[in-house]
Amino acid sequence: MTGTLSFIRNIEQKTWWKRRPKILRNLSAKIAALPMIAVALVGFVGCSVWSIVYSFTSSKSLPKENFVGFKQYDRLFDSSRWQVSVENVAIYGVCSLVFSLTIGFLLAVALDQKIRFENTFRTIFLYPFALSFIVTGLVWQWLLNADFGIAQVIRDIGFTNFELSILSSREYAIYAIIIAGLWQGTGFVMALMLAGLRGIDQDIWKASRVDGIPAWRTYIFIVIPMMKPVFITTLVIIASGIVKVFDLVVALTAGGPGGSSELPAKYVYDFMFGRANLGQALAASTIMLTTVLIILIPWAYLEFSQKKEESNG
Amino acid sequence: MADTTAMAMQGPSGPKPKRAISARNIVLYGFLIVAALYWLLPLYVMIVTSLKGLPEVRMGNIFSPPMELTFEPWVKAWDSACTGLYCEGLKVGFWNSVQILIPSTIISIVIASVNGYALSFWRFKGSEIFFTILLFGAFIPYQVMLYPLVIILRELHLFSSLSGVVLIHTIFGMPILTLLFRNYFAGVPDELFKAARVDGAGFWRIFFQIMLPMSLPIFVVAIILQVTGIWNDFLFGIIYAGTTNFPMTVQLNNIVNSTQGVKEYNVNMAATLLTGALPLIVYFVSGKLFVRGIAAGAVKG
Repeated sequence: MTGTLSFIRNIEQKTWWKRRPKILRNLSAKIAALPMIAVALVGFVGCSVWSIVYSFTSSKSLPKENFVGFKQYDRLFDSSRWQVSVENVAIYGVCSLVFSLTIGFLLAVALDQKIRFENTFRTIFLYPFALSFIVTGLVWQWLLNADFGIAQVIRDIGFTNFELSILSSREYAIYAIIIAGLWQGTGFVMALMLAGLRGIDQDIWKASRVDGIPAWRTYIFIVIPMMKPVFITTLVIIASGIVKVFDLVVALTAGGPGGSSELPAKYVYDFMFGRANLGQALAASTIMLTTVLIILIPWAYLEFSQKKEESNG
Repeated sequence: MADTTAMAMQGPSGPKPKRAISARNIVLYGFLIVAALYWLLPLYVMIVTSLKGLPEVRMGNIFSPPMELTFEPWVKAWDSACTGLYCEGLKVGFWNSVQILIPSTIISIVIASVNGYALSFWRFKGSEIFFTILLFGAFIPYQVMLYPLVIILRELHLFSSLSGVVLIHTIFGMPILTLLFRNYFAGVPDELFKAARVDGAGFWRIFFQIMLPMSLPIFVVAIILQVTGIWNDFLFGIIYAGTTNFPMTVQLNNIVNSTQGVKEYNVNMAATLLTGALPLIVYFVSGKLFVRGIAAGAVKG
């Protein structure tokens, strides 16, 4: 008797469960995901939209809703400081992409030759990546110091007229930032490339050895094409990092001398918090966002369509 | 006796041993050693400079080891170096950084682990869309979100406070951490989850009794990722913490790049090393896990 009762109660519970409104189903998961939903919608989407909207206003130190169309953008593109920033980020971007990918790949290939002390070498190449950009910037500021740094060592050797004024040169200060940035980031590229190399099927190597193809040709014509996804992912990560570079400039050159090593991220920061010209800062940040999306969307599309193909096939 | 004859009959086996010194090896190791020297040089210079007295720094060669070993610069960097306004050294920044680091790491990992678990086992309508938005957020330049977050923190009365910075770190740590945990839980066999469901365990019980105990390694990776990332942060600290709460990186920059007074390069390098010490220790101790941490989001993503 009690057995039947509990059975009926069970059925009742089951149907009650089924009749629960859609929103309440899987409730714990939804509650657990609330922080993520809030961050995605309010934090990322909401804040970005807010910034884009207010980039069309003439806000100074506080946000105001007096819309002025594209005026801030006109002023931005006319500003010589912004032009210098964009030029610098282009130089920085191209140099760090080319050099970190080349050197990172070469280091990874060298480490992949079944060498001794592989772990030691890998640890040495990667440790700067654990450091703050501020630390990196300050070390290189000291090394490149015109009076006491490497320059003095070279003068001591005998080149008494040697001058290393890279940090005080309007033309070359950006290259100091590139050197420091490469020191910090190349190890990371190496780590990604090494992971990619280790993911290559060893049979490829056996096959190419049987065919008598020299190792370097195997790398160029077989391994690198096979590593295309790793290269693309690395490229996207470096590229999105390049747009964000801020701390390194602050620590190494503070944008100087005379604003010659400014970068967009610092432009935004200075206009937002230093010069109280919010509209201008937001316009600059919107341009940064647009640039990133131009890089990101084709990549995301590519990744997504590939995954779809894989799941279909 | 019989054994040795048998072995002699067989002769040496395996491939012909390669000579240790060959042109290939010289090029290979030469390249690696030159590269390693370039990478080690800054660390070496930092250490030597920080152990010299100021006169010796000004006189000598940056590569030469200290003639007179002194720990004065380290004491000064920690205790009394000036930022332009105060002369309290890095210790203030150190404690601020600790106070930011511990809650940010714990809160962000707790939230992200539950999130990642929900996203792999308890998908609901729209969960993937939110996750995609979250991942896009990882690539959006922070500059776009800086000011609106100032407003939000001000409304919450958290602006210029340590809790404010903690909240910001939690927000910006979420994409990569959620991805990390989601990928990890996606590798857990579905049968395990189904068996627990059949046994009547719910969302939280499965998480605490089954998933947590088996995901210790990924928690270590997440901790490494967050500890180094949060400790090294500069941008959020300088904007959201307020002058009295500046983290160590901001204070370091203020000390070294302050325009007042004589530049004490040895103190500066000691301060730089002090700030870099924690992430370096984490890196050297954790070894391969660190690589796994930084590559987790990158390669699998």
